[in-house]
Amino acid sequence: MKIAIPKECYPGEKRVASTPNVVRHLIELGFKVTLETQAGIHASFTDEDYQLAGAGIAQDSETLLADAQIILKVRAPIKDEIALMSAGSTLISFIWPAQNPELLQRLAAKKINVLAIDSMPRISRTQKMDALSSMANIAGYRAVIEATNAFGRFFSGQITAAGRIQPAKILVIGAGVAGLSAIGTAKSLGAIVRAFDTRLEVKEQIHSLDADFLELDFAENTDGTGGYAKTMSKEFIAAEMALFAEQAKEVDIIITTALIPGKPAPELITEAMVKSMKQGSVIVDLAAEQGGNCALTTPHEITEKYGVKIIGYCDLPSRLSAQSSQSYASNIHHLLTELCPEQQGEIVLNMEDKVIRAITVVKAGLVTWAPPKAPLTSTKESNKNKGQPVEIELIADKGKSTVSKAKQDIILALVISVLLLGLGAVAPSSFMTHFSIFVLACFVGYMVIWNVSHSLHTPLMSITNAVSSIVILGALLQISSSNNTILWLSAIAILIASINIVGGFAVTRRMLKMFSD
Amino acid sequence: MPTNLITATYLIAAIFFIWSLGGLSSNVGARKGLWFGITGMVLAVSVTILNTDVVNYVLIAITMAIGSAIGLILATRVQMVQMPQLVAILHSLVGLAAVLIGYGGYMDDSLQLTGVEKTIHDIEVYIGIYIGAFTFSGSVMAFGKLSTLLNAKPVLLPARHYLNLLMFITVIIFGWIFVTPSTPEMAYIALYIMTALGIIFGIHMVLAIGGADMPVVISMLNSYSGWAAAATGFMLSNDLLIIVGALVGSSGAILSYIMCKAMNRNFFSVISGGFGTLTKTTASTSGEQIEVSNIDVAQTATLLLQAKKIVIVPGYGMAVAQAQHAVSGVTQLLMSQGVNVRFGIHPVAGRMPGHMNVLLAEAKIPYDAVFEMEQINPDFGNVDVSIVIGANDTVNPSALTDPDSPIAGMPVLEVWRGKTTIVLKRSMAQGYSGVENPLFGKENTRMLFGDAKTTMDALLLKLS
Repeated sequence: MKIAIPKECYPGEKRVASTPNVVRHLIELGFKVTLETQAGIHASFTDEDYQLAGAGIAQDSETLLADAQIILKVRAPIKDEIALMSAGSTLISFIWPAQNPELLQRLAAKKINVLAIDSMPRISRTQKMDALSSMANIAGYRAVIEATNAFGRFFSGQITAAGRIQPAKILVIGAGVAGLSAIGTAKSLGAIVRAFDTRLEVKEQIHSLDADFLELDFAENTDGTGGYAKTMSKEFIAAEMALFAEQAKEVDIIITTALIPGKPAPELITEAMVKSMKQGSVIVDLAAEQGGNCALTTPHEITEKYGVKIIGYCDLPSRLSAQSSQSYASNIHHLLTELCPEQQGEIVLNMEDKVIRAITVVKAGLVTWAPPKAPLTSTKESNKNKGQPVEIELIADKGKSTVSKAKQDIILALVISVLLLGLGAVAPSSFMTHFSIFVLACFVGYMVIWNVSHSLHTPLMSITNAVSSIVILGALLQISSSNNTILWLSAIAILIASINIVGGFAVTRRMLKMFSD
Repeated sequence: MPTNLITATYLIAAIFFIWSLGGLSSNVGARKGLWFGITGMVLAVSVTILNTDVVNYVLIAITMAIGSAIGLILATRVQMVQMPQLVAILHSLVGLAAVLIGYGGYMDDSLQLTGVEKTIHDIEVYIGIYIGAFTFSGSVMAFGKLSTLLNAKPVLLPARHYLNLLMFITVIIFGWIFVTPSTPEMAYIALYIMTALGIIFGIHMVLAIGGADMPVVISMLNSYSGWAAAATGFMLSNDLLIIVGALVGSSGAILSYIMCKAMNRNFFSVISGGFGTLTKTTASTSGEQIEVSNIDVAQTATLLLQAKKIVIVPGYGMAVAQAQHAVSGVTQLLMSQGVNVRFGIHPVAGRMPGHMNVLLAEAKIPYDAVFEMEQINPDFGNVDVSIVIGANDTVNPSALTDPDSPIAGMPVLEVWRGKTTIVLKRSMAQGYSGVENPLFGKENTRMLFGDAKTTMDALLLKLS
């Protein structure tokens, strides 16, 4: 099949949907690749580079798109582009189907199959195709670079002949992919970095980047009973805003990355907070396109209010075009590899596959967005065929298993009680005494062994081994028997049990000697 | 010696045994624990010998002397690397002793039991011998696999679960015949058949288990040897045996549980001997050949000297190559240069629980530099160089990323999050679970091929 890669026509867009290196891989998959002339020029890839990789170059988009069966783009296509595409071709690009229903209609009317790379479900199998994450990673990095540019001082603290330089203090709000990338970049430039996120589970990730995680005292004094989430949300936001207000006075740079899917970005930095910041401070608002996390953000622009520079660029990945083109191209390459399992240069849209179903937003003239919310039964069926679990199913199954586990526990307890009572009804008292001792000893063992340190597991095994040779007592009691067979059986038993006792204890001693050294 | 006094001494011995196991919660307590154990054993054995019924002192002295001598020689000669084999063979001895004592106990007709008491006694004998028999044969098989006398690859017979079930049902049927025999000879025949089936079951069970699952097998056999002792205790109406057997049995069971959790396997499917099946032999190969980048000893030395934080992840390969002393040398040299060197130990690294810790302790690696997986995993982001020595599945990222992988969900050491990972390996062979390891193809991974000991020795020379 023929892949066409047009030049991006959105003003200021510098990315391109494939790089010469990836083009080489696409050709290996059996595709024919053609690019519009100068398609990669803003990302530092020349037509010659692409030609060397084996791609053809078309002089204009009309000839390019005329016979294209697969079209790779970064930005969603505009009207003129759609007009040039032929029916039955497949388009892969960012689409944002939720925000662009008319675009979907237009593409459907043209009978173009559309794969929205931004609708990729976020499960482990799709990580390599997740262009949103790649772009967020780049945006986070670039946000810090923009901030350094706008900020009038060093990031790292230094003690120089000219005096002591304080390190910059940076607050990152939202520790998603972009936030974490920003934290790592700022940290590597030597700044003091703090981060906040409403999800406590990212604390560890923030710590792993050596940044501080700001926690609300708030969470500690809620008792976490029923209705926790509801009562919390209002107070939580108040506590959160108080934290930001306090931090705003202290930090030099704020980078906000807070987004709520399908909703305008939450306003976290108020005008008053901006006012309270030091002169020369910088705010980078990564949510500018969705309305901004800062009340004073102007999308696409850098503005200065109350002596604070507010950066509202919406094209951060495009500002690092070579890198973002490369990452995006790799994501697309992985997707095409999935779509083309035979490596014969033919793609198949297998709608049974949950991932492919989720990203296919227009197929054969029909808008297929949004995908059905994976009803449990059908998910299971298709999983049987594919053997690829989807997260939703896992979560649902977990819920089910905890319920049934509680039930199982109760049933188990009942069965054990009945068995014990039954045993007590028939067994003689001497047996019951021994049995009680046995059960209690099991419990003692259970309590004692959990305290054994992990590193001493081998000594534990050798010592329990020696101790279990206590069976020697049985042989000792039998050896004085008048029956010769019993006598010799027990003699052998004493012999081998002694090997075990002495061997077990001696080897344990050898090991423990090493440990206490 | 009066019976009450004997009982009291047994009680004291039992307390000593509990203290002994409790002592293992710390390094300092462990040595004390050992002596508690020895004291308990000496007390128990000497009181039993003083029992009025026991008169055959000569034979006891001879057999115990020979046995102790063999035990002592074994314990002093064995190398720390061979510890799993030794523990396995010692387990088999407990099993065998339990079988012999069981037979002796059945032949002993001095008890004169009747009715329910006789039935219960017979059942105790039967169960005791059965557990002893499969502990014995299973441990011998494990010994064979660990000492590479036998192939470590799992041998899966067709319909083996049904085979096990069939054997188990047969054992129960013969148990019925044994308890209600038509003639005394019939009872013995039932006993012999059951013993044979027990031995076959033990062999079959361990045969189906691969090398990487050995930590679970060893701790399971440890548990079984305890239950065998407890069953013998029931047969002899001896509370000390029951207590000690229960202690050891639950200890082994908990160890197996910990090991299973570390491999993300189901405890109950392991107990029933059905866990070889989970290791699918069909590796999920993506069809792509992993491309690796190599590094040589000199480059490694430079890299290590530039690093501030180093984590070493040892695996069974280090034990096989006996590289622990060379590793220790490198570690101490780097530490003296002010480099922060730590060890990350996966719970199932090696062939028995705690295997790596023993080897590192033997090589005199400072104890406070050795960390468990949970402690070190969050910190990999700050690590400059991770050195993986002979570990494979325990550092395989596909356990976390690939839901189709046979080891999916198994917690692993996340070395790839560090700046650079150096993997010491003999060749590009796969780990025991037969899974490709994408770690080797990561951008920040460098492969250092060769025998671990030779390589580490060369590295030590370069560094000093």
